[in-house]
Amino acid sequence: MVTVVHDNIEQTEAKMSARDVSVFYGSKKAIDEVSIDIPTEYVTAFIGPSGCGKSTFLRTLNRMNDTIPSARVEGDITLDGQDIYSPKLDVVQLRARVGMVFQKPNPFPKSIYDNIAYGPKIHGLAEGKDQLDDIVEKSLKRAGLWEEVKDRLQDSGTALSGGQQQRLCIARAIAVDPEVILMDEPCSALDPIATAKIEELIAELSGRFAIVIVTHSMQQAARVSQRTAFFHLGKMVEYGRTSDIFTNPHEKRTQDYITGRYG
Amino acid sequence: MSPIILLLLALGLGLAGWLAARARAWAFRRESPDGRLSSLPTYHAWYVALWIVIPVALFIVVWSAIAPGLVTQSVLASPAAADLPAFGFQRQTILNEARAVATGAARAVFNPQAQELVEPYRDALSRFNLIGIAVTVLIAFVGGTWAFLRLKPDFAARNRVERIVMAILLAASLVAILTTIGILASLVFETVRFFGMVSPIDFLFGTFWGPDPMSSADNPDGSRYGAIPLFWGTIFIGAIIAMIVAIPLGMMSAIYLTQYADPKVRAWVKPALEILAGVPTVVYGYFAALTIAPAIRDLALQAGVSNPSSESALAAGLVMGVMIIPFVSSMADDSIAAVPGAMRDGSLAMGATQSETIKKVMIPAALPGIVAGVMLAVSRAIGETMIVVMAASTAANLSANPLEAMTTVTVQIVAMLTGEGSFDHPATLSAFALGFVLFMVTLALNFIALRVVKRFREAYE
Ligand SMILES: Nc1ncnc2c1ncn2[C@@H]1O[C@H](COP(=O)(O)OP(=O)(O)OP(=O)(O)O)[C@@H](O)[C@H]1O
Ligand SMILES: [Mg+2]
Repeated sequence: MVTVVHDNIEQTEAKMSARDVSVFYGSKKAIDEVSIDIPTEYVTAFIGPSGCGKSTFLRTLNRMNDTIPSARVEGDITLDGQDIYSPKLDVVQLRARVGMVFQKPNPFPKSIYDNIAYGPKIHGLAEGKDQLDDIVEKSLKRAGLWEEVKDRLQDSGTALSGGQQQRLCIARAIAVDPEVILMDEPCSALDPIATAKIEELIAELSGRFAIVIVTHSMQQAARVSQRTAFFHLGKMVEYGRTSDIFTNPHEKRTQDYITGRYG
Repeated sequence: MSPIILLLLALGLGLAGWLAARARAWAFRRESPDGRLSSLPTYHAWYVALWIVIPVALFIVVWSAIAPGLVTQSVLASPAAADLPAFGFQRQTILNEARAVATGAARAVFNPQAQELVEPYRDALSRFNLIGIAVTVLIAFVGGTWAFLRLKPDFAARNRVERIVMAILLAASLVAILTTIGILASLVFETVRFFGMVSPIDFLFGTFWGPDPMSSADNPDGSRYGAIPLFWGTIFIGAIIAMIVAIPLGMMSAIYLTQYADPKVRAWVKPALEILAGVPTVVYGYFAALTIAPAIRDLALQAGVSNPSSESALAAGLVMGVMIIPFVSSMADDSIAAVPGAMRDGSLAMGATQSETIKKVMIPAALPGIVAGVMLAVSRAIGETMIVVMAASTAANLSANPLEAMTTVTVQIVAMLTGEGSFDHPATLSAFALGFVLFMVTLALNFIALRVVKRFREAYE
């Protein structure tokens, strides 16, 4: 079965591209020969029923699957044409360029300031305290959190509300100035107001970073993304403009899923 | 007649009550129009059985405590006892001999005077045995009858039985607590007696320790009871030297086991460490006294130290540290493992290396648990007796030189209690004051540590 790729999508230069990527957990195949290009200009959404492999595929893009001993990846994934699974590539560098935001907000049990400063410090991005202060302020501003926390930067990051924590995690990710940001259901633990704030933030960040977002909410995918990929049983079934996927899906399975017939 | 036999008797009576009550309940069931009882027949049976066994058991406990005294009293009241020596050791010996022969524990008496008492003893024993049995049966009968008469078709036997069982469980859990309170009370009692003879100021702040069990007990020399050298020795060996060994090694092993070890390695190493924690401390004591202490002395000699002690604080502390490693390691292991995996993933996803993640995220997050583990380890180390008794000295030195001989609170407790002083001599009583201080310090350490751990658990749900 080959992925249906809509033919009306403009050719843009791919920031990341995957070719025939399969992922195994032990002997179990969780991702089956997926090929996709991820552009910088747009937000790409991965949708599909639970267990279809969205998170698994997302995690191959910054090699977070390396932390799972049984996981094995086949195929090619490149970032700016460079093979990210090549032994020459340092995974530390890769993850600085491809950041990740998780489903459950996971701020470190440190101060708000130290949460943001963590990445710049380990990557040596700031030369002195002043520069570090600048990065922290800029990242928090970009994440729309600055006004809320500027007077309590020394409070613990875990003392924030769930939505604030998630924006803190986004700020933390952009503090190292990545090129791609991967988000795995970033709003599933949040209420509608916090969700709206994150979606607004994604819209603001798009264009500057390539953003990939996994979501279970059709409305969210429709609101924030310009490209959508539908996954089913480890395969990528259909890929195209978000508007087309939602109004004019070519595949029956895609149609069934977005109209809520299963998943 | 031993309490065991009374107990068997009680169980037999209980069984009889059980059977009778069950039969009765079945009879209710047959007679009642709809064949239903408010409780099952076995609950009626248990209700009666418990009403027999529990009062009897309580009686047996009381009886076995007072019966020997009653027997002796009645023997002393007999004419044959009139010409016993009035008081003291000799009189006790004769009584014991007569009792031994009367109960069959000894074949014949050594002391002719005891011979005359054997017969009165036999009489008294058999008389009180009979009384014991009679009262047992009587109590069983009264309890059983009372319970039996309350049985009715609509009697809520199950609720009663459950309440009784709950009371028994509560009593069982109280035993440990009450024992602790009892120990504390006796410690306090003896400590107060000690402080009646030696001022607490002298004891807590004096810097010379050298109680003399042979001196007069009436007017003790407070300046010989300064416990500071003991406290210092305890802290130096248990909280400083031992922890310098145990904290880094325990932490490193926990980090290795939780973060780096292959699951297969972990499956071997972790139980091995836990076995190490189960080694009797006296074995560590041998090791300290026979291997480590001489080795340290030889090393010190080679390094040019003149006349080093063969019972150095260093030897005891090092071995105690090794003993504590599994303890620190397993607490640290638990705390690090309790840090959510999301924290680790978050750090790795930022491009942190594994060691940066451990150093900057995992350990800070696990720190409260680790600190609590270390406090528990310290409280164990300072209460540890066997290693220091075997490897540390009894010389109370106030010194910061680890090669010197030092003593600890626990060593002195042992020394004072096994010394030749009489039991109400302040030298002996000082053991209780030392024990009391040790108890309070370890209690405080454990209390704080457990609270920290609890907070820590709550922080991660
Ligand atoms: N660590 C793992 N070890 C073994 N199998 C795994 C592991 N993680 C995921 N899987 C399996 O891989 C498949 C894909 O899982 P994945 O988490 O990628 O799904 P998903 O699309 O993200 O689902 P959801 O929407 O519920 O998050 C599932 O069948 C899952 O059971
Ligand atoms: Mg998922």
